[in-house]
Amino acid sequence: MNAARRMERQQHRTAWLFLLPLLLTLAAVAIWPLGRSIFFSFTDAYLDAPSDYGFVGFDNFVEVADDPVFWGAVTNTLVFTLVSVALETLLGLAIALLLHRAFLGRGIVRAAILIPWAMPMVVSARIWEWMLNDQFGLINKLLVALGLVEKGIAWTADPSLILGTVIFIDVWVTTPFMVLLILAGLQLIPEEIYEAAEVSGVPHWKRFWSITLPLAMPAIGVAILFRSLDALRMFDLSYVLAANNENTMTMSIYARDQLISFQDLGLGAAASTWVFMIIGMIAIVIVGLLRLDRAAG
Amino acid sequence: MTASTAGRRYSNATYRAMRRVKAVGLYAGVAAVLAYMLFPYYWAIVSSTKTGQALYQFTLLPALDFSNYRQLFNNPVFMGALVNSGVVALVSTAISLVIGILAAYALGRLRFPPGRMVLIAVLMISVFPQVVVLSGMFEVIGWLGLYNRPSGLIVSYLILTLPFTTWILTSFIRDLPKELEEAALVDGCSRLRILTHVLLPLMGPAIASTGLLSFILAWNEFLFALTFILTDENRTVPVAIGLLTGSSRYEYPFGQIMAASVTVTLPLLALVLVFQRKIVAGLTSGAVKG
Repeated sequence: MNAARRMERQQHRTAWLFLLPLLLTLAAVAIWPLGRSIFFSFTDAYLDAPSDYGFVGFDNFVEVADDPVFWGAVTNTLVFTLVSVALETLLGLAIALLLHRAFLGRGIVRAAILIPWAMPMVVSARIWEWMLNDQFGLINKLLVALGLVEKGIAWTADPSLILGTVIFIDVWVTTPFMVLLILAGLQLIPEEIYEAAEVSGVPHWKRFWSITLPLAMPAIGVAILFRSLDALRMFDLSYVLAANNENTMTMSIYARDQLISFQDLGLGAAASTWVFMIIGMIAIVIVGLLRLDRAAG
Repeated sequence: MTASTAGRRYSNATYRAMRRVKAVGLYAGVAAVLAYMLFPYYWAIVSSTKTGQALYQFTLLPALDFSNYRQLFNNPVFMGALVNSGVVALVSTAISLVIGILAAYALGRLRFPPGRMVLIAVLMISVFPQVVVLSGMFEVIGWLGLYNRPSGLIVSYLILTLPFTTWILTSFIRDLPKELEEAALVDGCSRLRILTHVLLPLMGPAIASTGLLSFILAWNEFLFALTFILTDENRTVPVAIGLLTGSSRYEYPFGQIMAASVTVTLPLLALVLVFQRKIVAGLTSGAVKG
Protein backbone atom coordinates (compact mmCIF):
# COMPACT_ATOMS: atom_id res chain seq x y z
CA MET A 1 0.00 0.00 0.00
CA ASN A 2 2.71 2.42 1.09
CA ALA A 3 5.03 1.24 -1.63
CA ALA A 4 2.31 1.72 -4.22
CA ARG A 5 1.70 5.26 -3.06
CA ARG A 6 5.40 5.98 -3.11
CA MET A 7 5.62 4.69 -6.64
CA GLU A 8 2.70 6.82 -7.69
CA ARG A 9 4.24 9.91 -6.15
CA GLN A 10 7.48 9.12 -7.91
CA GLN A 11 5.64 8.75 -11.19
CA HIS A 12 4.04 12.16 -10.67
CA ARG A 13 7.42 13.71 -10.05
CA THR A 14 8.79 12.10 -13.22
CA ALA A 15 5.79 13.35 -15.20
CA TRP A 16 6.33 16.93 -14.01
CA LEU A 17 10.00 16.71 -15.01
CA PHE A 18 9.11 15.49 -18.50
CA LEU A 19 6.50 18.21 -18.85
CA LEU A 20 8.69 21.01 -17.50
CA PRO A 21 10.22 22.11 -20.85
CA LEU A 22 6.77 22.19 -22.45
CA LEU A 23 5.17 24.14 -19.62
CA LEU A 24 8.03 26.67 -19.42
CA THR A 25 8.06 27.23 -23.19
CA LEU A 26 4.30 27.60 -23.47
CA ALA A 27 4.29 29.96 -20.51
CA ALA A 28 6.88 32.12 -22.26
CA VAL A 29 5.45 32.12 -25.80
CA ALA A 30 1.70 31.76 -25.15
CA ILE A 31 0.41 32.43 -21.63
CA TRP A 32 2.64 35.41 -20.84
CA PRO A 33 2.11 37.18 -24.21
CA LEU A 34 -1.64 36.59 -23.88
CA GLY A 35 -1.64 38.05 -20.38
CA ARG A 36 0.42 41.05 -21.49
CA SER A 37 -1.92 41.68 -24.45
CA ILE A 38 -4.90 41.77 -22.13
CA PHE A 39 -2.93 43.97 -19.71
CA PHE A 40 -1.99 46.45 -22.46
CA SER A 41 -5.61 46.75 -23.54
CA PHE A 42 -6.31 48.70 -20.33
CA THR A 43 -3.46 51.16 -20.98
CA ASP A 44 -2.69 54.02 -23.35
CA ALA A 45 0.75 52.67 -24.29
CA TYR A 46 2.29 53.18 -27.72
CA LEU A 47 4.42 50.64 -29.50
CA ASP A 48 7.58 52.76 -29.58
CA ALA A 49 7.58 53.20 -25.77
CA PRO A 50 5.59 50.34 -24.26
CA SER A 51 6.90 50.97 -20.73
CA ASP A 52 5.49 54.50 -20.68
CA TYR A 53 1.78 54.06 -19.99
CA GLY A 54 -1.15 55.02 -17.82
CA PHE A 55 -4.30 53.06 -17.08
CA VAL A 56 -7.39 54.07 -18.99
CA GLY A 57 -9.90 51.48 -17.80
CA PHE A 58 -12.22 50.22 -20.51
CA ASP A 59 -11.72 53.24 -22.82
CA ASN A 60 -9.89 51.21 -25.49
CA PHE A 61 -12.61 48.56 -25.54
CA VAL A 62 -15.27 51.23 -25.96
CA GLU A 63 -13.29 52.97 -28.70
CA VAL A 64 -12.94 49.73 -30.67
CA ALA A 65 -16.63 48.93 -30.17
CA ASP A 66 -17.54 52.42 -31.47
CA ASP A 67 -15.51 51.97 -34.64
CA PRO A 68 -17.73 50.90 -37.57
CA VAL A 69 -14.61 49.62 -39.37
CA PHE A 70 -14.15 47.07 -36.60
CA TRP A 71 -17.71 45.78 -36.93
CA GLY A 72 -17.24 45.69 -40.70
CA ALA A 73 -14.21 43.48 -40.12
CA VAL A 74 -16.19 41.29 -37.72
CA THR A 75 -18.99 40.93 -40.29
CA ASN A 76 -16.52 40.09 -43.06
CA THR A 77 -14.87 37.47 -40.88
CA LEU A 78 -18.19 35.88 -39.90
CA VAL A 79 -19.51 35.80 -43.48
CA PHE A 80 -16.17 34.43 -44.68
CA THR A 81 -16.15 31.72 -42.00
CA LEU A 82 -19.77 30.69 -42.42
CA VAL A 83 -19.78 30.50 -46.20
CA SER A 84 -16.34 29.02 -46.73
CA VAL A 85 -16.66 26.38 -44.00
CA ALA A 86 -20.11 25.38 -45.31
CA LEU A 87 -18.84 25.07 -48.88
CA GLU A 88 -15.71 23.23 -47.78
CA THR A 89 -17.74 20.77 -45.75
CA LEU A 90 -20.11 19.96 -48.61
CA LEU A 91 -17.38 19.78 -51.22
CA GLY A 92 -15.11 17.89 -48.83
CA LEU A 93 -17.83 15.35 -48.08
CA ALA A 94 -18.56 14.84 -51.79
CA ILE A 95 -14.88 14.36 -52.66
CA ALA A 96 -14.29 12.13 -49.63
CA LEU A 97 -17.19 9.87 -50.65
CA LEU A 98 -15.70 9.66 -54.14
CA LEU A 99 -12.16 8.93 -52.98
CA HIS A 100 -13.43 6.37 -50.47
CA ARG A 101 -14.28 4.05 -53.38
CA ALA A 102 -11.67 1.61 -54.59
CA PHE A 103 -9.91 2.75 -57.75
CA LEU A 104 -6.52 2.54 -59.39
CA GLY A 105 -3.95 4.93 -57.90
CA ARG A 106 -6.06 5.91 -54.90
CA GLY A 107 -3.04 6.48 -52.64
CA ILE A 108 -1.31 8.85 -55.02
CA VAL A 109 -4.54 10.76 -55.74
CA ARG A 110 -5.13 11.25 -52.01
CA ALA A 111 -1.61 12.63 -51.65
CA ALA A 112 -1.83 14.79 -54.76
CA ILE A 113 -4.96 16.61 -53.63
CA LEU A 114 -3.04 17.73 -50.54
CA ILE A 115 -0.94 20.08 -52.66
CA PRO A 116 -3.21 23.14 -52.39
CA TRP A 117 -3.30 22.67 -48.63
CA ALA A 118 0.47 22.23 -48.24
CA MET A 119 1.54 25.30 -50.18
CA PRO A 120 1.87 28.66 -48.43
CA MET A 121 -1.38 30.66 -48.41
CA VAL A 122 0.55 33.55 -49.91
CA VAL A 123 1.44 31.41 -52.91
CA SER A 124 -2.16 30.27 -53.39
CA ALA A 125 -3.28 33.88 -53.23
CA ARG A 126 -0.68 34.88 -55.82
CA ILE A 127 -1.52 32.03 -58.20
CA TRP A 128 -5.24 32.78 -58.12
CA GLU A 129 -4.57 36.50 -58.37
CA TRP A 130 -2.76 35.74 -61.61
CA MET A 131 -5.46 33.36 -62.89
CA LEU A 132 -8.21 35.85 -62.02
CA ASN A 133 -6.41 38.94 -63.33
CA ASP A 134 -8.88 41.15 -65.17
CA GLN A 135 -6.80 41.60 -68.34
CA PHE A 136 -4.42 38.67 -68.64
CA GLY A 137 -5.95 36.05 -66.35
CA LEU A 138 -6.83 32.64 -67.68
CA ILE A 139 -10.34 32.61 -66.18
CA ASN A 140 -11.36 35.89 -67.77
CA LYS A 141 -9.88 34.92 -71.12
CA LEU A 142 -11.91 31.73 -70.98
CA LEU A 143 -15.10 33.57 -70.06
CA VAL A 144 -14.58 36.08 -72.88
CA ALA A 145 -13.76 33.33 -75.38
CA LEU A 146 -16.94 31.48 -74.41
CA GLY A 147 -18.87 34.71 -74.92
CA LEU A 148 -20.16 34.76 -71.34
CA VAL A 149 -18.79 38.23 -70.61
CA GLU A 150 -17.75 41.12 -72.84
CA LYS A 151 -14.79 42.29 -70.83
CA GLY A 152 -12.68 40.63 -68.12
CA ILE A 153 -14.14 40.82 -64.62
CA ALA A 154 -11.99 42.44 -61.92
CA TRP A 155 -12.40 39.60 -59.44
CA THR A 156 -9.80 40.89 -57.00
CA ALA A 157 -10.53 44.61 -57.33
CA ASP A 158 -14.31 44.99 -57.58
CA PRO A 159 -15.54 45.74 -54.02
CA SER A 160 -18.67 43.63 -54.47
CA LEU A 161 -16.76 40.59 -55.70
CA ILE A 162 -13.63 40.54 -53.60
CA LEU A 163 -15.02 38.78 -50.51
CA GLY A 164 -16.49 36.11 -52.78
CA THR A 165 -13.09 35.70 -54.44
CA VAL A 166 -11.41 35.32 -51.06
CA ILE A 167 -13.94 32.63 -50.12
CA PHE A 168 -13.44 30.88 -53.46
CA ILE A 169 -9.65 30.72 -52.96
CA ASP A 170 -10.00 29.57 -49.36
CA VAL A 171 -12.33 26.76 -50.41
CA TRP A 172 -9.73 25.62 -52.91
CA VAL A 173 -6.96 25.72 -50.29
CA THR A 174 -8.67 23.99 -47.39
CA THR A 175 -11.04 21.47 -48.99
CA PRO A 176 -8.19 18.89 -49.10
CA PHE A 177 -7.90 19.09 -45.31
CA MET A 178 -11.64 18.47 -44.97
CA VAL A 179 -11.47 15.57 -47.41
CA LEU A 180 -8.68 13.97 -45.42
CA LEU A 181 -10.45 14.23 -42.07
CA ILE A 182 -13.79 13.02 -43.45
CA LEU A 183 -12.07 10.13 -45.26
CA ALA A 184 -10.54 9.07 -41.95
CA GLY A 185 -14.03 9.10 -40.45
CA LEU A 186 -15.45 7.06 -43.33
CA GLN A 187 -12.74 4.44 -42.90
CA LEU A 188 -13.91 3.80 -39.35
CA ILE A 189 -17.35 2.65 -40.55
CA PRO A 190 -17.41 -1.16 -40.66
CA GLU A 191 -18.06 -2.58 -44.12
CA GLU A 192 -20.50 -5.21 -42.69
CA ILE A 193 -23.16 -2.57 -42.04
CA TYR A 194 -23.31 -1.76 -45.74
CA GLU A 195 -23.40 -5.41 -46.68
CA ALA A 196 -26.32 -5.99 -44.32
CA ALA A 197 -28.13 -2.96 -45.74
CA GLU A 198 -27.56 -4.12 -49.30
CA VAL A 199 -28.86 -7.59 -48.54
CA SER A 200 -31.98 -6.07 -46.97
CA GLY A 201 -32.49 -3.94 -50.07
CA VAL A 202 -32.00 -0.53 -48.45
CA PRO A 203 -31.67 1.97 -51.32
CA HIS A 204 -28.44 3.93 -51.87
CA TRP A 205 -29.64 7.34 -50.73
CA LYS A 206 -31.05 5.87 -47.56
CA ARG A 207 -27.79 4.06 -46.84
CA PHE A 208 -26.08 7.45 -47.08
CA TRP A 209 -28.56 9.25 -44.80
CA SER A 210 -28.95 6.59 -42.14
CA ILE A 211 -25.53 4.93 -42.10
CA THR A 212 -22.77 7.01 -43.62
CA LEU A 213 -23.76 10.46 -42.42
CA PRO A 214 -24.54 9.67 -38.76
CA LEU A 215 -21.46 7.48 -38.38
CA ALA A 216 -19.14 9.98 -40.07
CA MET A 217 -20.65 12.88 -38.12
CA PRO A 218 -18.10 12.92 -35.26
CA ALA A 219 -15.26 13.24 -37.78
CA ILE A 220 -17.15 15.91 -39.73
CA GLY A 221 -17.90 17.80 -36.52
CA VAL A 222 -14.24 17.87 -35.47
CA ALA A 223 -13.27 19.01 -38.96
CA ILE A 224 -15.88 21.80 -38.89
CA LEU A 225 -14.69 22.99 -35.48
CA PHE A 226 -11.03 23.11 -36.50
CA ARG A 227 -11.76 24.79 -39.81
CA SER A 228 -14.07 27.39 -38.24
CA LEU A 229 -11.51 28.37 -35.62
CA ASP A 230 -8.92 28.58 -38.36
CA ALA A 231 -11.15 30.68 -40.62
CA LEU A 232 -12.03 33.08 -37.79
CA ARG A 233 -8.37 34.04 -37.36
CA MET A 234 -7.69 34.34 -41.10
CA PHE A 235 -5.10 36.96 -41.94
CA ASP A 236 -2.78 36.16 -44.82
CA LEU A 237 -5.20 35.54 -47.71
CA SER A 238 -7.07 38.85 -47.35
CA TYR A 239 -3.87 40.72 -46.56
CA VAL A 240 -2.01 39.53 -49.65
CA LEU A 241 -4.98 39.95 -51.99
CA ALA A 242 -6.22 43.30 -50.77
CA ALA A 243 -4.03 44.59 -47.88
CA ASN A 244 -6.42 46.60 -45.71
CA ASN A 245 -9.28 46.97 -48.16
CA GLU A 246 -12.34 47.35 -45.95
CA ASN A 247 -14.37 44.90 -48.04
CA THR A 248 -12.23 41.94 -47.04
CA MET A 249 -10.63 43.20 -43.84
CA THR A 250 -10.76 40.47 -41.19
CA MET A 251 -10.70 40.90 -37.41
CA SER A 252 -7.03 39.88 -37.36
CA ILE A 253 -6.11 42.47 -39.99
CA TYR A 254 -7.97 45.19 -38.07
CA ALA A 255 -6.21 44.37 -34.80
CA ARG A 256 -2.77 44.23 -36.41
CA ASP A 257 -3.43 47.52 -38.19
CA GLN A 258 -4.12 49.34 -34.93
CA LEU A 259 -1.07 47.78 -33.34
CA ILE A 260 1.57 48.02 -36.07
CA SER A 261 0.46 50.54 -38.65
CA PHE A 262 -0.92 53.06 -36.11
CA GLN A 263 1.52 51.98 -33.36
CA ASP A 264 -1.36 52.18 -30.86
CA LEU A 265 -0.48 49.37 -28.48
CA GLY A 266 -3.42 49.92 -26.12
CA LEU A 267 -6.04 50.07 -28.84
CA GLY A 268 -4.52 47.18 -30.79
CA ALA A 269 -4.41 45.04 -27.66
CA ALA A 270 -8.05 45.89 -26.91
CA ALA A 271 -9.03 44.95 -30.47
CA SER A 272 -7.21 41.63 -30.19
CA THR A 273 -8.84 40.98 -26.82
CA TRP A 274 -12.21 41.56 -28.50
CA VAL A 275 -11.17 39.07 -31.19
CA PHE A 276 -10.20 36.58 -28.49
CA MET A 277 -13.58 36.92 -26.74
CA ILE A 278 -15.60 36.70 -29.96
CA ILE A 279 -13.76 33.59 -31.15
CA GLY A 280 -13.98 32.03 -27.69
CA MET A 281 -17.75 32.48 -27.63
CA ILE A 282 -18.16 31.06 -31.13
CA ALA A 283 -16.01 28.05 -30.17
CA ILE A 284 -18.25 27.34 -27.20
CA VAL A 285 -21.35 27.60 -29.40
CA ILE A 286 -19.91 25.24 -32.04
CA VAL A 287 -18.85 22.67 -29.44
CA GLY A 288 -22.33 22.83 -27.93
CA LEU A 289 -24.16 22.65 -31.27
CA LEU A 290 -22.21 19.70 -32.57
CA ARG A 291 -22.26 18.00 -29.17
CA LEU A 292 -18.54 17.44 -29.56
CA ASP A 293 -18.08 17.13 -25.83
CA ARG A 294 -20.39 14.16 -25.71
CA ALA A 295 -19.03 12.61 -28.88
CA ALA A 296 -15.53 12.81 -27.44
CA GLY A 297 -16.49 11.49 -24.00
CA MET B 1 -40.37 3.49 -57.20
CA THR B 2 -37.11 2.76 -55.48
CA ALA B 3 -38.45 -0.48 -54.08
CA SER B 4 -39.32 -1.81 -57.52
CA THR B 5 -35.89 -0.86 -58.86
CA ALA B 6 -34.17 -2.58 -56.02
CA GLY B 7 -36.28 -5.69 -56.38
CA ARG B 8 -35.93 -6.08 -60.14
CA ARG B 9 -33.52 -8.64 -61.43
CA TYR B 10 -31.06 -7.62 -64.06
CA SER B 11 -29.62 -9.90 -66.68
CA ASN B 12 -25.88 -10.45 -66.48
CA ALA B 13 -25.23 -8.24 -69.50
CA THR B 14 -27.19 -5.30 -68.11
CA TYR B 15 -25.48 -5.72 -64.79
CA ARG B 16 -22.05 -5.65 -66.41
CA ALA B 17 -22.97 -2.59 -68.45
CA MET B 18 -24.19 -0.80 -65.34
CA ARG B 19 -20.93 -1.56 -63.58
CA ARG B 20 -18.96 -0.21 -66.51
CA VAL B 21 -20.95 3.04 -66.48
CA LYS B 22 -20.35 3.35 -62.74
CA ALA B 23 -16.59 2.80 -63.17
CA VAL B 24 -16.42 5.41 -65.93
CA GLY B 25 -18.32 7.85 -63.71
CA LEU B 26 -15.94 7.17 -60.82
CA TYR B 27 -12.83 7.83 -62.89
CA ALA B 28 -14.39 10.91 -64.47
CA GLY B 29 -15.15 12.24 -60.99
CA VAL B 30 -11.60 11.56 -59.80
CA ALA B 31 -10.23 13.28 -62.89
CA ALA B 32 -12.41 16.33 -62.24
CA VAL B 33 -11.23 16.51 -58.60
CA LEU B 34 -7.59 16.24 -59.68
CA ALA B 35 -8.05 18.93 -62.31
CA TYR B 36 -9.63 21.30 -59.78
CA MET B 37 -6.94 20.69 -57.18
CA LEU B 38 -3.88 20.57 -59.40
CA PHE B 39 -4.50 22.75 -62.42
CA PRO B 40 -3.74 26.10 -60.71
CA TYR B 41 -0.30 24.88 -59.64
CA TYR B 42 0.30 23.50 -63.13
CA TRP B 43 -0.68 26.85 -64.59
CA ALA B 44 1.78 28.55 -62.24
CA ILE B 45 4.53 26.28 -63.57
CA VAL B 46 3.53 27.02 -67.16
CA SER B 47 3.43 30.77 -66.52
CA SER B 48 6.76 30.74 -64.71
CA THR B 49 8.48 29.57 -67.90
CA LYS B 50 7.10 32.38 -70.02
CA THR B 51 8.32 35.93 -70.41
CA GLY B 52 7.21 39.03 -72.23
CA GLN B 53 4.30 38.60 -74.62
CA ALA B 54 4.28 34.80 -74.28
CA LEU B 55 3.05 35.23 -70.70
CA TYR B 56 -0.22 36.66 -71.95
CA GLN B 57 -0.79 33.93 -74.50
CA PHE B 58 -3.12 31.07 -73.77
CA THR B 59 -0.87 28.06 -74.34
CA LEU B 60 -1.18 25.07 -72.06
CA LEU B 61 2.39 23.82 -72.46
CA PRO B 62 5.41 25.33 -70.69
CA ALA B 63 7.53 27.55 -72.91
CA LEU B 64 10.79 26.30 -71.31
CA ASP B 65 12.16 29.80 -71.00
CA PHE B 66 13.96 29.80 -67.66
CA SER B 67 14.94 33.45 -67.50
CA ASN B 68 12.44 34.06 -64.67
CA TYR B 69 14.21 31.45 -62.59
CA ARG B 70 17.64 32.75 -63.52
CA GLN B 71 16.61 36.22 -62.44
CA LEU B 72 15.11 34.84 -59.22
CA PHE B 73 18.18 32.84 -58.27
CA ASN B 74 20.37 35.88 -58.89
CA ASN B 75 18.20 37.93 -56.57
CA PRO B 76 20.05 38.00 -53.23
CA VAL B 77 16.92 38.99 -51.29
CA PHE B 78 14.94 35.99 -52.49
CA MET B 79 17.80 33.54 -51.99
CA GLY B 80 18.42 34.96 -48.53
CA ALA B 81 14.72 34.55 -47.76
CA LEU B 82 14.88 30.90 -48.83
CA VAL B 83 17.77 30.29 -46.44
CA ASN B 84 16.00 32.16 -43.62
CA SER B 85 12.80 30.17 -44.15
CA GLY B 86 14.69 26.89 -44.17
CA VAL B 87 16.67 27.66 -41.01
CA VAL B 88 13.67 29.03 -39.10
CA ALA B 89 11.40 26.13 -40.03
CA LEU B 90 14.06 23.48 -39.31
CA VAL B 91 15.17 24.85 -35.95
CA SER B 92 11.68 25.54 -34.61
CA THR B 93 10.61 22.05 -35.71
CA ALA B 94 13.65 20.45 -34.05
CA ILE B 95 13.02 22.26 -30.75
CA SER B 96 9.31 21.40 -30.86
CA LEU B 97 10.06 17.74 -31.53
CA VAL B 98 12.46 17.39 -28.59
CA ILE B 99 10.17 19.17 -26.11
CA GLY B 100 7.12 17.50 -27.63
CA ILE B 101 8.54 13.97 -27.30
CA LEU B 102 9.37 14.50 -23.62
CA ALA B 103 5.92 15.90 -22.90
CA ALA B 104 4.16 13.27 -24.99
CA TYR B 105 5.77 10.53 -22.94
CA ALA B 106 4.45 12.02 -19.70
CA LEU B 107 1.00 12.70 -21.20
CA GLY B 108 0.65 9.42 -23.07
CA ARG B 109 2.29 6.94 -20.74
CA LEU B 110 2.61 7.99 -17.12
CA ARG B 111 -0.29 7.78 -14.70
CA PHE B 112 -0.75 11.50 -14.16
CA PRO B 113 -4.22 13.02 -13.57
CA PRO B 114 -3.30 16.70 -14.25
CA GLY B 115 -2.13 15.54 -17.68
CA ARG B 116 -5.63 15.86 -19.06
CA MET B 117 -5.74 19.54 -18.13
CA VAL B 118 -2.34 20.08 -19.76
CA LEU B 119 -3.57 18.42 -22.96
CA ILE B 120 -6.69 20.60 -23.05
CA ALA B 121 -4.55 23.71 -22.51
CA VAL B 122 -2.23 22.59 -25.33
CA LEU B 123 -5.19 22.10 -27.64
CA MET B 124 -6.61 25.51 -26.75
CA ILE B 125 -3.28 27.20 -27.44
CA SER B 126 -3.12 25.53 -30.84
CA VAL B 127 -6.40 27.17 -31.91
CA PHE B 128 -5.46 30.58 -30.47
CA PRO B 129 -5.80 33.39 -32.95
CA GLN B 130 -2.19 34.49 -33.49
CA VAL B 131 -3.11 38.15 -33.45
CA VAL B 132 -4.21 37.86 -29.82
CA VAL B 133 -0.64 37.28 -28.62
CA LEU B 134 0.90 39.70 -31.11
CA SER B 135 1.50 42.63 -28.75
CA GLY B 136 2.74 40.44 -25.90
CA MET B 137 4.99 38.51 -28.28
CA PHE B 138 6.34 41.79 -29.61
CA GLU B 139 7.46 42.64 -26.10
CA VAL B 140 8.97 39.19 -25.41
CA ILE B 141 10.99 39.34 -28.62
CA GLY B 142 12.14 42.86 -27.76
CA TRP B 143 13.30 41.74 -24.31
CA LEU B 144 15.25 38.88 -25.83
CA GLY B 145 16.85 41.35 -28.24
CA LEU B 146 15.62 39.32 -31.22
CA TYR B 147 13.52 41.93 -33.01
CA ASN B 148 14.16 41.88 -36.78
CA ARG B 149 16.13 38.64 -36.46
CA PRO B 150 15.18 35.24 -37.86
CA SER B 151 15.93 33.74 -34.43
CA GLY B 152 13.07 35.86 -33.07
CA LEU B 153 10.78 34.02 -35.47
CA ILE B 154 12.04 30.69 -34.15
CA VAL B 155 10.96 31.69 -30.64
CA SER B 156 7.55 32.94 -31.75
CA TYR B 157 6.85 29.92 -34.00
CA LEU B 158 7.00 27.65 -30.96
CA ILE B 159 3.44 28.75 -30.15
CA LEU B 160 2.37 27.12 -33.43
CA THR B 161 4.61 24.08 -33.68
CA LEU B 162 4.94 22.98 -30.05
CA PRO B 163 1.22 22.38 -29.26
CA PHE B 164 0.95 20.56 -32.58
CA THR B 165 3.89 18.18 -32.05
CA THR B 166 2.88 17.53 -28.42
CA TRP B 167 -0.70 16.67 -29.36
CA ILE B 168 0.13 14.33 -32.25
CA LEU B 169 3.05 12.59 -30.56
CA THR B 170 0.94 11.96 -27.45
CA SER B 171 -1.63 10.07 -29.51
CA PHE B 172 1.16 8.11 -31.22
CA ILE B 173 2.80 7.11 -27.91
CA ARG B 174 -0.55 5.96 -26.55
CA ASP B 175 -0.83 3.53 -29.46
CA LEU B 176 2.50 1.83 -28.79
CA PRO B 177 2.20 -1.51 -26.92
CA LYS B 178 2.82 -1.12 -23.19
CA GLU B 179 4.57 -4.48 -22.71
CA LEU B 180 7.74 -3.13 -24.32
CA GLU B 181 8.62 -0.78 -21.54
CA GLU B 182 7.31 -2.95 -18.72
CA ALA B 183 10.19 -5.37 -19.25
CA ALA B 184 12.66 -2.50 -19.19
CA LEU B 185 11.02 -1.07 -16.08
CA VAL B 186 11.41 -4.38 -14.26
CA ASP B 187 15.08 -4.33 -15.19
CA GLY B 188 15.35 -1.01 -13.37
CA CYS B 189 15.71 1.31 -16.35
CA SER B 190 15.05 4.99 -15.74
CA ARG B 191 12.10 6.59 -17.52
CA LEU B 192 14.35 8.75 -19.66
CA ARG B 193 16.35 5.69 -20.71
CA ILE B 194 13.15 3.85 -21.59
CA LEU B 195 12.07 6.78 -23.73
CA THR B 196 15.37 7.11 -25.56
CA HIS B 197 16.26 3.42 -25.88
CA VAL B 198 12.93 1.58 -26.10
CA LEU B 199 10.29 3.95 -27.47
CA LEU B 200 12.33 6.35 -29.59
CA PRO B 201 13.56 3.68 -32.02
CA LEU B 202 9.92 2.75 -32.66
CA MET B 203 8.79 6.32 -33.15
CA GLY B 204 10.71 7.01 -36.35
CA PRO B 205 7.65 7.18 -38.62
CA ALA B 206 5.67 9.23 -36.09
CA ILE B 207 8.52 11.70 -35.65
CA ALA B 208 8.97 11.96 -39.42
CA SER B 209 5.32 12.78 -40.10
CA THR B 210 4.94 15.13 -37.12
CA GLY B 211 8.17 16.90 -37.98
CA LEU B 212 7.10 17.26 -41.59
CA LEU B 213 3.76 18.84 -40.72
CA SER B 214 5.40 21.13 -38.20
CA PHE B 215 7.96 22.13 -40.85
CA ILE B 216 5.14 22.98 -43.28
CA LEU B 217 3.42 25.03 -40.56
CA ALA B 218 6.55 27.07 -39.87
CA TRP B 219 7.58 27.35 -43.53
CA ASN B 220 4.18 28.81 -44.47
CA GLU B 221 3.71 31.21 -41.53
CA PHE B 222 2.97 34.78 -42.52
CA LEU B 223 1.66 37.06 -39.73
CA PHE B 224 4.61 36.83 -37.32
CA ALA B 225 7.12 36.89 -40.16
CA LEU B 226 5.52 40.05 -41.51
CA THR B 227 5.39 41.76 -38.12
CA PHE B 228 8.64 40.86 -36.38
CA ILE B 229 10.99 41.33 -39.34
CA LEU B 230 11.70 44.79 -40.67
CA THR B 231 14.38 44.52 -43.32
CA ASP B 232 14.45 42.58 -46.58
CA GLU B 233 17.55 40.50 -45.86
CA ASN B 234 15.93 38.93 -42.78
CA ARG B 235 12.58 38.08 -44.37
CA THR B 236 11.18 34.60 -44.94
CA VAL B 237 9.90 33.50 -48.35
CA PRO B 238 6.12 33.85 -47.84
CA VAL B 239 6.56 37.49 -46.85
CA ALA B 240 9.08 38.09 -49.63
CA ILE B 241 6.51 36.79 -52.13
CA GLY B 242 3.70 38.67 -50.42
CA LEU B 243 5.56 41.95 -50.75
CA LEU B 244 6.81 41.34 -54.28
CA THR B 245 5.26 44.02 -56.47
CA GLY B 246 6.22 45.83 -59.63
CA SER B 247 6.91 49.52 -59.94
CA SER B 248 3.28 50.01 -60.97
CA ARG B 249 0.06 48.03 -61.25
CA TYR B 250 0.69 47.47 -64.94
CA GLU B 251 4.24 46.25 -64.49
CA TYR B 252 3.27 43.47 -62.18
CA PRO B 253 6.04 40.85 -62.53
CA PHE B 254 3.69 37.86 -62.85
CA GLY B 255 6.29 35.60 -64.45
CA GLN B 256 8.72 36.10 -61.60
CA ILE B 257 6.06 35.80 -58.91
CA MET B 258 4.99 32.50 -60.43
CA ALA B 259 8.62 31.31 -60.54
CA ALA B 260 9.00 32.23 -56.86
CA SER B 261 5.70 30.49 -56.02
CA VAL B 262 6.74 27.31 -57.80
CA THR B 263 10.13 27.37 -56.08
CA VAL B 264 8.86 27.67 -52.49
CA THR B 265 6.22 25.03 -53.04
CA LEU B 266 8.62 22.52 -54.58
CA PRO B 267 10.22 21.32 -51.31
CA LEU B 268 6.75 20.88 -49.77
CA LEU B 269 5.55 19.04 -52.85
CA ALA B 270 8.46 16.62 -52.75
CA LEU B 271 7.97 16.01 -49.02
CA VAL B 272 4.21 15.49 -49.34
CA LEU B 273 4.55 13.02 -52.19
CA VAL B 274 7.39 11.05 -50.59
CA PHE B 275 5.76 10.86 -47.16
CA GLN B 276 2.12 10.75 -48.31
CA ARG B 277 1.02 7.85 -46.11
CA LYS B 278 2.73 9.20 -43.01
CA ILE B 279 1.24 12.63 -43.43
CA VAL B 280 -2.25 11.26 -43.73
CA ALA B 281 -1.68 9.07 -40.67
CA GLY B 282 -0.29 12.00 -38.68
CA LEU B 283 -3.06 14.41 -39.55
CA THR B 284 -5.89 12.01 -38.87
CA SER B 285 -4.54 10.38 -35.70
CA GLY B 286 -4.44 13.77 -34.03
CA ALA B 287 -7.91 14.82 -35.05
CA VAL B 288 -10.00 11.66 -35.02
CA LYS B 289 -8.56 9.52 -32.28
CA GLY B 290 -7.55 12.40 -30.00
